[in-house]
Amino acid sequence: MDFLRPAAWEEALAAKAAHPTAVPIAGGTDVMVEINFDHRRPAHLLDLTRIGELHEWDEDGPDIRLGAAVPYARILDELRTPLPGLALAAHTVGSPQIRNRGSVGGNLGAASPAGDSHPPLLAAGAVVEAESVRGTRLIPVEEFYTGVKRNALAPDELIRAVRVRKATGPQQFSKVGTRNAMVIAVCALGIALHPDSRTVRTGIGSAAPTPVRARAAEDFLASVLDEEGLWESGRPIAPSAVRQFAELCSGACNPIDDVRGSARYRRHAVGVMARRTLGWVWQTYTRGEGEARCA
Amino acid sequence: MRDLTPTGLTQASGIKGGIGESTLRPDGTLKVTGEFAYASDLWHEDMLWGVTLRSPHAHARIRSLGVAEALATPGVHAVLTHADLPAATRYGLEIEDTPVLADGVVRHHGEPVALVAADHPETARRAAAKIHVDYETLPVITDEASATAPGAPVLHPGRTDEHAPHVPHPNIVHRQPIVRGDVSAVKDRADVIVTGEYEVGMQDQAFLGPESGLAVPAEDGGVDLYIATQWLHADLRQIAPVLGLPEDKVRMTLSGVGGAFGGREDLSMQAHACLLALRTGRPVKMVYNRFESFFGHVHRHPAKLRYEHGATRDGDLLYVTARIVLDGGAYASSSPAVVGNAASLAVGPYVVDHVDVEAIALYTNNPPCGAMRGFGAVQACFAYEAQMDKLAAALGMDPVEFRRRNAMAQGAVMPTGQVVDSPAPVAELLRRVKAMPLPPARQWESAGGAADVRALPGGLSNTTHGESVVRGVGYAVGIKNVGFSEGFDDYSTARVRLEAVGGEAVATVHTAMAEVGQGGVTVHAQIARTELGVARVTIHPADTRVGSAGSTSASRQTYVTGGAVKHVCELVREKVLELARARFGTYHPAWATAELLLEDGKVVTDGGEVLATLVDVLEGEAVEAEDEWRHRPTRPFDRRTGQGFGHVQYSFAAHRAVVEVDTELGLVKVVELACAQDVGKALNPLSVTGQIQGGTTQGLGLAVMEEIVVDPVTAKVRNPSFTDYLIPTILDTPAIPVDVLELADDHAPYGLRGVGEAPTLSSTPAVVAAIRQATGLALTRVPVRPEHLTGT
Amino acid sequence: MRVTFTVNGRTQRADDVWEGESLLYVLRERLGLAGSKNACEQGECGSCTVRLDGVPVCACLVAAGQAEGREVETVEGLADRATGELSVVQQAFVDSGAVQCGFCTPGLLVAADDLLRQRPDPSDADIREALSGNLCRCTGYEKILDAVRLAAARTGEAD
Repeated sequence: MDFLRPAAWEEALAAKAAHPTAVPIAGGTDVMVEINFDHRRPAHLLDLTRIGELHEWDEDGPDIRLGAAVPYARILDELRTPLPGLALAAHTVGSPQIRNRGSVGGNLGAASPAGDSHPPLLAAGAVVEAESVRGTRLIPVEEFYTGVKRNALAPDELIRAVRVRKATGPQQFSKVGTRNAMVIAVCALGIALHPDSRTVRTGIGSAAPTPVRARAAEDFLASVLDEEGLWESGRPIAPSAVRQFAELCSGACNPIDDVRGSARYRRHAVGVMARRTLGWVWQTYTRGEGEARCA
Repeated sequence: MRDLTPTGLTQASGIKGGIGESTLRPDGTLKVTGEFAYASDLWHEDMLWGVTLRSPHAHARIRSLGVAEALATPGVHAVLTHADLPAATRYGLEIEDTPVLADGVVRHHGEPVALVAADHPETARRAAAKIHVDYETLPVITDEASATAPGAPVLHPGRTDEHAPHVPHPNIVHRQPIVRGDVSAVKDRADVIVTGEYEVGMQDQAFLGPESGLAVPAEDGGVDLYIATQWLHADLRQIAPVLGLPEDKVRMTLSGVGGAFGGREDLSMQAHACLLALRTGRPVKMVYNRFESFFGHVHRHPAKLRYEHGATRDGDLLYVTARIVLDGGAYASSSPAVVGNAASLAVGPYVVDHVDVEAIALYTNNPPCGAMRGFGAVQACFAYEAQMDKLAAALGMDPVEFRRRNAMAQGAVMPTGQVVDSPAPVAELLRRVKAMPLPPARQWESAGGAADVRALPGGLSNTTHGESVVRGVGYAVGIKNVGFSEGFDDYSTARVRLEAVGGEAVATVHTAMAEVGQGGVTVHAQIARTELGVARVTIHPADTRVGSAGSTSASRQTYVTGGAVKHVCELVREKVLELARARFGTYHPAWATAELLLEDGKVVTDGGEVLATLVDVLEGEAVEAEDEWRHRPTRPFDRRTGQGFGHVQYSFAAHRAVVEVDTELGLVKVVELACAQDVGKALNPLSVTGQIQGGTTQGLGLAVMEEIVVDPVTAKVRNPSFTDYLIPTILDTPAIPVDVLELADDHAPYGLRGVGEAPTLSSTPAVVAAIRQATGLALTRVPVRPEHLTGT
Repeated sequence: MRVTFTVNGRTQRADDVWEGESLLYVLRERLGLAGSKNACEQGECGSCTVRLDGVPVCACLVAAGQAEGREVETVEGLADRATGELSVVQQAFVDSGAVQCGFCTPGLLVAADDLLRQRPDPSDADIREALSGNLCRCTGYEKILDAVRLAAARTGEAD
């Protein structure tokens, strides 16, 4: 095994081009487990921790451009306002120690359906900046996940950053685990209201081979909100519509039975989380709108 | 380099530091500085690393084994298989049925097949991957039906163990009936009959310090083994024949032990490391990682239990029948003792005159199961306490009052015919735990109005802000035997030396007791201070240079090794007084006439008059004594009726659980888990509450999250990691208020009662009772999963 | 490969490090600093918690090469280096009965020490959250909570 320590991004890209099977490592929270337990023996480890820009974020128009290796703890501390869904998800990642190391870039690279950052990225709207010596590709996050632990990266590409749409409305994230902390998702759900575009987006984790959006649910809810003028009125969403939204979210799942939970439970739990989180975001939205209307 | 032999733990106590005080651990400082040397911390110049190749199949024939490529790997010093074993090829705690390395057949997933020693763990792992094993998979036995089906493969043909002639099928390790009274005669007097079938999943000890040890070959052809274990001499008895060495050439020293809970009672890597060291002539260190640890030790027996209780409409228990099937897995381990406990304690701490119980343990191709905190009794307690709630509901009675009405007390007769001849304050424990104030409701509501998710089911995962959260309260009480039972010669050895060092009398206590975290070292020093009147006590490292201390299990060490230390201190005291009389007896008539005591480093009369200092008495002479001490004998249970004086002591604990359940998502937050326990005499109150809180938490884990999941088709373990075998975090663990009762058992040293296991029993059924109350669901299986609570 | 980094203020070097080794392995097996513990090696127990450039991390998940040039603080660095006097948190763990087998203790100490640096007067919920990545199998955590409360109170008195 070789340990490659590029000091700059260009060097990292060159190394990845020279060694396409090199495994990038930043926080190490996935890669080192695989090495410690003898599940993986890459010929090259490509250490990204020395590349400063991967650990930075900045505002870029309507987006936050989030360096691939910004640890969850900093997302939680620094990006709660522009990226509330991702910050909530960051709070549920592993343990404090893991949140100090793990990053969204790592979650995307591993592309586990259980990764905690996927649902809020899908709900907020995000684009993965994949780069190689050949150039940069902007991959919408929906298209990034291609299968269980597979993603759209070419062998010579690395994740430079993720451009996440800044929140224009309330967002929520909820995850079911069988422990009250330090637990991998049995299933998870993120929801974001986008009042600017009058849309609702969702993201569901651990309930299908890849993280997915519940598009039918999103479309249904958007039309209800639109047709009934709820964006303007801030009135409660009819319980029947909430129920249908929840059912459509469940319907977007294609889960399996595994040691963490049954498929039936996952489908059920996604529906419950969809109903609750919709209630929470709508309450926040109407409270905020109400204040705005009064002002 | 760290010294392989741990330093003795010397503690001088400013206060008196005797029994009954919360003296601090003598190893506490070393443990907080990181200097305390656990078995996995050891290092030796020139040492090699040993790794184990394990079977990927649960049941298979090994057609061939090729080690040439592995052996040829640079850096590899030895590869061992069954064919290389020099002497005995099997070992076992009670039955020698476990191959040191697989002998042509593997009987469970993860069974050791080969060993490699190399100069780096990665070299050893790579070499192990080059061992070619050709397996022919065989049908697996996974439960009672497949174990006893016509034509089922017999996993251990030709059994010669003591249980073999008495079992109904060779795939049954042991069977113990308990028959008392006449159930059939009273059945029609029952106004209420409840039946239930219950299931307990396979729990893991999940001690944090993985199996590890260092074997150093010695010039005399023997080996020195530094090891984390629960019972040095039982290891020795099993290892020496495997190495083909006399026991005096296998010298064992206890290293730091990172928890045990029963999981270190059987051998893991002990013989393996010694075999590699003797083969290579180099020190060999073996350290399991967490993945391997799940395969490296036995687990708690999963159980299926069928109960029937009959009671009068006034709420008096008439009869109990029970059938308890324990899955022992591929090898016997301590299955026979687990059967004995499950059977004899099957009814719980209640008075029932008519009892018909049968408990069996199976041989299957599932992972081997053996000792874990409260073994046998934990499984039964979950079932009988569920039955008691069910009966109370059927009778329209309060579940606590119903239990109190039927609770045993001193003088009660167990289903085994044994009279309980020391306090059994079952009703009082229930009263106390019920009388504790309840925690306030809706603690997640903060002043600002936002929900604190950390106080809600789901915790940080943000699943509810109070929606569908329902509170429930549940009670349970349990009974556990203390010490080894059924006629086992349960003794311990202590060696105590008293001498003057630097102008101060110092006692040294040497036993082979395995300090696994329970605080035995603290208590031994307290006993020595109490008995010898000295401030300074050194606890000698535990090793096999002194006689056996028995196992650190069965809640027995304070009782038995503590008893041995007390007894030997008394011998030393007599010798000291003899010496003192010889030296000073002519100077004062009190030497001859008064009762003499050792206090504060002095010989004093019972009237408080100081006759001499210990330093003066001991000048130039050390006084030493060594002896074995055993508790009063027990008797085997009759094989047909289970009658007999089987247990030396019983211990009792009661719990009240308060839970909040998100009924829609099936997530549980345990809000409080209060415990009341009778400990006879709390030798160290701080340690006692620590044991109770720790045991309680392991019971909580079994109630709501902990289970080794074994695939029912392949018998393979599906979750051998801390990612998927979950144990409670600090956010899962509630406040655990403890009420300690001290009613002396006159048969035991200082009146003490073994503490460690009882709280693990009642914790689980109390939590589940609380969940039942919150949800109205029957919940017959632990761990309770979200699927059970949501019908998914 | 060779790895050089600072541990508890002293420069340390390890040679012939296999590239797949973790910082934990290097600390324990090459530098003789076995205080950080190897309980799970998958970031699920916190027993190997060390501070890496001031931030608590699981040493088992840091590749050895990633520690190059960094500053590592381990449990061995908590007590006073000159006098050996225990830190406030260490003493509180001893005094409160928070140590049984002690295998989780070093990681808990580093995590608790970090918490008290960030929040000298934490609420119980803060303590639970900060220590939620550190498993203990012996104590049921009650006395660990006691210890952190005691350390906070003693620090407060000293200020």
